[in-house]
Amino acid sequence: MCSLSECLVADRDRFEAGAPGSLDSGSVSLDTVAAAALDPDRAQPWAELGLKEDEYDRIREILGRRPTASELAMYSVMWSEHCSYKSSKVHLKQFSEIPQETVAGKMLAGIGENAGVIDIGQGYAVTFKVESHNHPSYVEPYQGAATGVGGIVRDILAMGARPVAVMDPLRFGPLDAEDTHRVLPGIVAGVGGYGNCLGLPNIGGEAVFDETYLGNPLVNALCVGVLRHEDLHLAKASGVGNKVILYGARTGGDGIGGVSILASETFDEEGPAKRPSVQVGDPFMEKLLIECTLELFRAELISGIQDLGGAGLSCATSELASAGDGGMSVELDTVPLRDQTLSPEEILMSESQERMMAVVEPDDVAAFLEICQKWDVEAVVIGEVTDSGRLSITWHGEEVVNVPPRSVAHDGPTYHRPYARPDWQDALQADGAEKLARPTSGAELRETLLRLVASPNLCDRSWVTDQYDRYVQGNTVLAQPSDAGMIRVDDQTNLGVAVSTDCNGRFAKLDPYTGAQLALAESYRNVSASGATPLAISDCLNFGSPEDPAVMWQFAQACNGLKDACLELGIPVTGGNVSLYNQTGDTAILPTPVVAVLGVIEDVTKRTPTGFQAEGEQVYLLGETRAEFSGGEWAHVVHGHLGGLPPKLDLAAEKALSQLLIAAAGTISSAHDLSDGGLAQALAESCLRNDIGVEVALSGDAFEQLFSESASRCLVSVTPEAESKLLELAAAHGVPVAKLGRTHGGALAVASYFEVPLAELRSAWAGTLPQALG
Amino acid sequence: MVTFPGSLDEVDAARAIELAGGEAVGLWHGDADLKGVDAVLLPGGFSYGDYLRCGAIARFAPVMSQVIARAGEGMPVLGICNGFQILCESHLLPGALIRNDHRKFGCLDQRVVIRNNTTPWTNAYEVDQEITIVLKNGEGSYVADEDTLDRLEGEGRVVATYVGNPNGSLRQIAGVTNERGNVVGLMPHPEHAVEDLCGPGTDGLGFFTSVLGSLAAS
Repeated sequence: MCSLSECLVADRDRFEAGAPGSLDSGSVSLDTVAAAALDPDRAQPWAELGLKEDEYDRIREILGRRPTASELAMYSVMWSEHCSYKSSKVHLKQFSEIPQETVAGKMLAGIGENAGVIDIGQGYAVTFKVESHNHPSYVEPYQGAATGVGGIVRDILAMGARPVAVMDPLRFGPLDAEDTHRVLPGIVAGVGGYGNCLGLPNIGGEAVFDETYLGNPLVNALCVGVLRHEDLHLAKASGVGNKVILYGARTGGDGIGGVSILASETFDEEGPAKRPSVQVGDPFMEKLLIECTLELFRAELISGIQDLGGAGLSCATSELASAGDGGMSVELDTVPLRDQTLSPEEILMSESQERMMAVVEPDDVAAFLEICQKWDVEAVVIGEVTDSGRLSITWHGEEVVNVPPRSVAHDGPTYHRPYARPDWQDALQADGAEKLARPTSGAELRETLLRLVASPNLCDRSWVTDQYDRYVQGNTVLAQPSDAGMIRVDDQTNLGVAVSTDCNGRFAKLDPYTGAQLALAESYRNVSASGATPLAISDCLNFGSPEDPAVMWQFAQACNGLKDACLELGIPVTGGNVSLYNQTGDTAILPTPVVAVLGVIEDVTKRTPTGFQAEGEQVYLLGETRAEFSGGEWAHVVHGHLGGLPPKLDLAAEKALSQLLIAAAGTISSAHDLSDGGLAQALAESCLRNDIGVEVALSGDAFEQLFSESASRCLVSVTPEAESKLLELAAAHGVPVAKLGRTHGGALAVASYFEVPLAELRSAWAGTLPQALG
Repeated sequence: MVTFPGSLDEVDAARAIELAGGEAVGLWHGDADLKGVDAVLLPGGFSYGDYLRCGAIARFAPVMSQVIARAGEGMPVLGICNGFQILCESHLLPGALIRNDHRKFGCLDQRVVIRNNTTPWTNAYEVDQEITIVLKNGEGSYVADEDTLDRLEGEGRVVATYVGNPNGSLRQIAGVTNERGNVVGLMPHPEHAVEDLCGPGTDGLGFFTSVLGSLAAS
């Protein structure tokens, strides 16, 4: 599923910047299929709807006539970038070449469904997906972020799963920029306001600051759902004569955006937008929709189901019909409206939130409606499944749509956009951070550590995450600031899942292929550090304009990198989302392929926490440290530098580390992956978690040891009794291991260099966001 | 345990009751029927969306007529978070809960001091015992007029106070009880602190063992 308002808002810039003045803004009488036959040459505003001339010609060819206004609206949104993936699909299709199975078994549903479904054993399955809501969140931060959560939750619900957790990877402009102070509080409050009201624990996520996101923040939203194998529901409309029921919120004018030009009789280029193009969320309605839908599943009253997200009814009717018996008839007059003045085109396009569509056997309709009534959810039969092979929609008894549904849902254009390695890439890669001036003395290293822990990307996130309910449902085993979030799935057997999202966009800018792999590796490592076995990934690929060959090259490289890494690590891509046109003027965001990894753990009581647990633990570093600083936090914070090559990634070493961490769960006391900020940051966070100090001694160059961001490393602590077991396991898995010291006292102490009392460390680390944001 | 549309923490509350050794019975907001339960728990959440004023609609739910009647007869009633708001709106408890002084939703591991251990919900604790449970709300700032606050303190009806003041509550009040002592409203969530695995320890379990002990004793 796409988020249409993404493209509408992105496209809106084009309307405002230079929309041609020749819109057909005269009076709009009902445009029917019959009228289209009689009036074949009517000028239609296809260009203003974002269609290209050849796309419009293709629609005429499919239909053998000009489209009606309603049909044109449907094709235009369904063939938009966000719904049709027209620029990205040639690169995405390689993900389906990855074997569709995990170490726990075959995938129960894969790419193409609302969200992939993975077997996790004991008869349970999980589904998870990460999606973007970037552009709406810039225009209207609170509602944009809130409805982003709502949309992904309905995707998960439509698979028959109970949503059990959410997570939000966020990207903002610089913390000290004025607009960040408009955007960030609204986005965080929106994520919290919606998710908290649904009773879904928010168990992690990211908040990253970089100047390229200033005019284009990223709001990605992830949801995890759990179901029993037998409860899997796929989006299709099968069974001729089955009824199509629309239930949930009423349909209003929100989220229509640019499409309203079709219907507006008073459209005025100079005037304000007729209706908000960002949808408004009602989380209470969504909570009722969740409980109501789960009860409908339990009562076995649903033959097929689809959520209404981007492109609203256009998307749901055409996708359900084309996945089923191929035909559907809908009486649009029956759709419950919030605004009685809406035209059929607007009803078809509306992105009003909190709506679902179900296909129900005629004998079950009464029981279906009764359950909806119990939950005060409005439900109406709006049509039925046919074997006509056509999607036919009527309005006041006249046919306004008659199309092959597949042509709308799946036969959109495919672009082979030109892509080329940008001419600046070589110069960028040649400008490595390894040559920058480094701190050497103990005092300089100490000051560097304090400066880094207080920097926006490394400081305490609790200003953000404290606005999210992480405890509701009572199954949260790990949440931020742990490396991964972990949820108990079954409180009798203690089966659980862990999930993490990561991406360092600077690495991806330096080398998109390796950068995407590093994002995957970090997420994979985080899940492994918690003791869970990584099973699958979902990705949210945020990039600039596909019309820029340099951006397309970044995108293609990132896809190739992800696919190759998945093959090597043996984990499939279960689905995801692409968000393009993330740029301000000619400046694209850092390429940001956010990767979510989901893992399973058989017994959550054996999970490995993040952070030192007690005095007297022995502290070890797993993995190999090289002098790698390019794209890292030290170069970014201290030198404002971006250049060079990102850290090397050896996927075999990453896999060995992962297997070691999984095997060591229950043996080690804590684990914290090394990523942004390197060992120094991992030590600081491990100390601050439970206010337990550490004394370490470093061999070799102290600066390199502390601040390198080499991949495939993890900091672990272990009781003296379990120390030999850890060493045995490390040897068995071929993972380099080095003893650093032990937990002790009230300071982070690096022998012969410096010591920072934890109170001073905490004050630096915890003060940044509250001071900036209030 | 009552489910209103928009209740969120009823599953956690049921788990807490069962971990303490009790039996959790689900009650539906639309049924004026308490199904013979011995005590009532109003869970946290956003009843009816709480778009008007927290708890303002829930107090009119059919089930509340029974809860109010039985509370008057001395049945133990605990309202947590949104449940506390509903009890205030129902006038079973004095005062009101308004938006946090920092204007944000806050989810914290919060230290709380038990001030009154004579209620059926707190008798497993010592007076002045400090416990850590979860505080999570957007509108948790307890307010009442000065006379009411003086009376609550004077009569020992402040059940719990915060260590520090996370939301601007007057006199750091985290929970209060009615004159009879059977109805308790509490802003923080003891039901999220009943297992070491999924919360900040088990300090919250005492609320549930307290009421089971009280019921067994009567």
